[in-house]
Amino acid sequence: MNRYYWILGAFAALVALLAVGLNLNPRDVPSPLVGKPAPAFTLPQLAEPDKTLSPKDMQGKVWLFNVWASWCVSCRQEHPVLVEFSKKVDIPLIGLNYKEVRGDGGFDMGKMPADEEKKLAWQRANTWLAQHGNPYKLTVMDLDGRVGIDYGVYGVPETYVIDKAGVIRMKHTGPVTPEILAKKIMPLLAELNK
Amino acid sequence: MIPELGHFALILAALVSLILGTLPMIGAHTNRQAWIAVARPAATALAMLVTFSFACLTQAFVANDFSVVYVAQHSNSLLPIEYRVAGVWGGHEGSLLLWILMLTWWAFLVAVFSRELPDTMVARVLGTLGLVGFGFLLFILLTSNPFERLLPGAAEGRDLNPLLQDPGLVIHPPLLYMGYVGFSVAYAFAIAALLSGKLDAAWARWSRPWTMAAWIFLTLGIAMGSWWAYYELGWGGWWFWDPVENASFMPWLIGTALIHSLAVTEKRGSFKNWTVLLAISAFSLSLLGTFLVRSGVLTSVHAFATDPRRGIFILIFLVAVIGASLTLFAARAPKVGLGGRFGLVSRESLLLTNNVLLVVACATVLLGTLYPLLIDALGAGKISVGPPYFNAVFVPVMSPILFLMGIAPFARWKDASVADIAKAVKWALAIGVIVAIALPLVYGQWYALTALGLFFAAWIVATAILNFIERVQHTRAGRSFLATAFSQPRSFFGMHLAHIGIAVFVIGVTMVSSYQDEKDVKLAPGQSVDVAGYHFTFNGVKAVEGPNYVAAQGDFDLAVDGKFVRKMNPEKRNYHSSAMPMTEASIDAGLLRDVYVSLGEPIDRDKPEGEWAVRVYYKPFVDWIWGGCVLMSLGGLIAMLDRRYRVKARAATQLPAGTQQA
Amino acid sequence: MKSRHKKLALIGGALAIIGIIAALVLNALNSNIALYITPTEVAAGKAPQGKLFRIGGLVKEGSIQRQADGVTIAFVITDTAKDIPVAYKGILPDLFKEGKGAVAQGKLNETGTFVATEVLAKHDENYMPPEAAKAVDDAQKAANKHVSPSSAEAAKAGN
Repeated sequence: MNRYYWILGAFAALVALLAVGLNLNPRDVPSPLVGKPAPAFTLPQLAEPDKTLSPKDMQGKVWLFNVWASWCVSCRQEHPVLVEFSKKVDIPLIGLNYKEVRGDGGFDMGKMPADEEKKLAWQRANTWLAQHGNPYKLTVMDLDGRVGIDYGVYGVPETYVIDKAGVIRMKHTGPVTPEILAKKIMPLLAELNK
Repeated sequence: MIPELGHFALILAALVSLILGTLPMIGAHTNRQAWIAVARPAATALAMLVTFSFACLTQAFVANDFSVVYVAQHSNSLLPIEYRVAGVWGGHEGSLLLWILMLTWWAFLVAVFSRELPDTMVARVLGTLGLVGFGFLLFILLTSNPFERLLPGAAEGRDLNPLLQDPGLVIHPPLLYMGYVGFSVAYAFAIAALLSGKLDAAWARWSRPWTMAAWIFLTLGIAMGSWWAYYELGWGGWWFWDPVENASFMPWLIGTALIHSLAVTEKRGSFKNWTVLLAISAFSLSLLGTFLVRSGVLTSVHAFATDPRRGIFILIFLVAVIGASLTLFAARAPKVGLGGRFGLVSRESLLLTNNVLLVVACATVLLGTLYPLLIDALGAGKISVGPPYFNAVFVPVMSPILFLMGIAPFARWKDASVADIAKAVKWALAIGVIVAIALPLVYGQWYALTALGLFFAAWIVATAILNFIERVQHTRAGRSFLATAFSQPRSFFGMHLAHIGIAVFVIGVTMVSSYQDEKDVKLAPGQSVDVAGYHFTFNGVKAVEGPNYVAAQGDFDLAVDGKFVRKMNPEKRNYHSSAMPMTEASIDAGLLRDVYVSLGEPIDRDKPEGEWAVRVYYKPFVDWIWGGCVLMSLGGLIAMLDRRYRVKARAATQLPAGTQQA
Repeated sequence: MKSRHKKLALIGGALAIIGIIAALVLNALNSNIALYITPTEVAAGKAPQGKLFRIGGLVKEGSIQRQADGVTIAFVITDTAKDIPVAYKGILPDLFKEGKGAVAQGKLNETGTFVATEVLAKHDENYMPPEAAKAVDDAQKAANKHVSPSSAEAAKAGN
């Protein structure tokens, strides 16, 4: 031991701080909704606008709920992963199209009548899925983002795993990557479907 | 196929770097010539492999190969070719590859320009660089592969972030990384010296030009980033004390201390431990900066997309590299001799003070940067430390440095007399005081801080000139003044030029923060606004189309004293591929001032032909900030080219030839 | 003996410098840091009076209004539980949008309006600044603590 070792001590303290900092990563904040029943909603479907869907309709099944929008750039990144997933795995993937028109920012919502927003939203969402592939069993449309607020959506994309009893078991913020799918989501799905 | 080749080359590079990091090191330790001889060819092969890999990625960008995920995320078929090339380092994976490319080039340059060095030294230096390179290659291969495929390929790419579609940003990262990574050479020299136990003047002399080169690049890189922020972000600011800026500024402060400390070690053999510690710190701070930027632990406008795995990897790497270096240092440092003794007032003591102050300045920046993290880690809430903190701390810490900068060149090595120094600089002091009192009054308002800044600027320039004259007079020996002046060593010119660069920088900062003026106004076509005597008339906005964006382009007439000067055309751009609008300011740059217009938004979204929110600035002397940085770099370059470093080289290469003849 | 004095003088000088600078730093940190406070905390009166702080949250839909001078902008920042009116004079960042996250730095005035001197939006179109995200998250957490998820809707509709 000599007097130069204090430098190592200072460095160790710095590393400890950085390691703690890594765990503080704001995106890894556990959602308060995990372990709670999925908030209820009744929203129109993209494919058939006259029909609606509620989480109740999914009771008895394990399902994935994925928040997306055509203006969301990160969604394009995760989309191939979802398409691949839907081809391989027989687990319903429900899309929540979140603020398709309002979220874009390119429109003046004060001036747009409700039915025009609706028409535009359906058209944009359908075009986007036609272009990039449709992995969803069905998609519901959340034009004003109210359902998104109930689910604590603070960025798009986000993905929820909901169990047979309708309880949220996992929330993933940001694009789903193949690693996250393989290491986190798939094992959870397998366990829930046991 | 080409991306796979690039990937394969990276894997090979990782293997070669592992060989480079082990064989020559063991060889140097056990004195096996064959193993030592591996170092140079391995470093060359490493540089070639990584260059090839980088070329492959560039090719994927140029050819719009959207079946590569990274290309699909950072390019677009409409993107102009120059930005497609710059897109290579527009994201995390590619910029990391650029990092490694720079590192292997530095290692290659060391391999080429090190013929005068003992082979064991070269083996250790290159071996250290090889180990660092191996860590980064593992990092890129395991967590950030830029060649990952997207199958089937995307039809169109997401486009490069519009903020990065700018000439300034094309060259900013390469310059900055050259600086960051360049400190790895100084670091490798320090580690090699610690390993061999030979910390001497020769080591300092070898290390100096490399350190200087890295410092020059870092200075230019930081200046370029600051200039870019100034004209591209549209806020008129040139430094925000953002964590990412701080991450590059901390190694600069330590690097500056290192340059000065190396000078003492070379000339007087003192401060050896201190110099080694600085060399380790400069590179460690570069690594720390990389960690802060890429792990997402700090929130910053620049932050890359975060992936916790990357953060963990860099943290482990950080612990391995810095921990091992510091342990080695702590084990060896007590055995290193003290070197030349020096008096309480001497060139050494002044340089030591300057060093301590620079390190303290760096520590305050580090504290301010990490403080929010510390508070968050303690669970005491989320806070931000803003520019006022840094300004409040920085001015008092830097002031004594600026003052000492004028004195130190007059102080003799070993022991100097206060009276002699005072006699030599008294006129500079007088000039400084006069400038400090008079100039602000001439310019308008007198503020204490303005006076202080101008005093230091005048003081530095005046002492530099006096010192130059004094030195020429002393070494004249009958020759003419001019002939003697031109025969001064380059490092002497370089030093004063760099110091004058600091003075120019200080003038820029002082003037712009004291006398700038800005106005936010609402303008209808035909209306005008005045700021600091400049008259802007707004003629309306028209739509223009760029290669991959549409823009609203403002049309302004700039006039002074009723005379038309020029048109100014700021833009508000909307890039096709992103929902993100971009402000392009229009700047009329001048030696003594910039005037600056940027468009806010239309008051009524449906009537872009109507009123707009507009911001106009008057920025006196703002370009001196970057001009000063350029002078500093130029000074560094001249000092680096000092004959001393090359004469040594030649003497060493001629020696074998001479002995053969004998 | 002489060299020992020299050493003492050097160490003493260094300590004095470090002491002065530590005082400077502490003083500057004390007066220049801005605490992040969520809209819910502001509504509960937890905001420091007359001191700079930051609030984060979503910019409420339909809340952006320009004042007559054309450069003062009023909007509402919400964490989905509580709303705080904000006034800001100047040009907003390019990424500032209704329904997106933002962080504002400033002070609270007597009427409860947050007068911002700086408005930040992250350089990323998909994510809100983490502080804003945290505010929304905390509000969600609080909502879930006191009421069942299904009645959280009612609580939100209330304001």
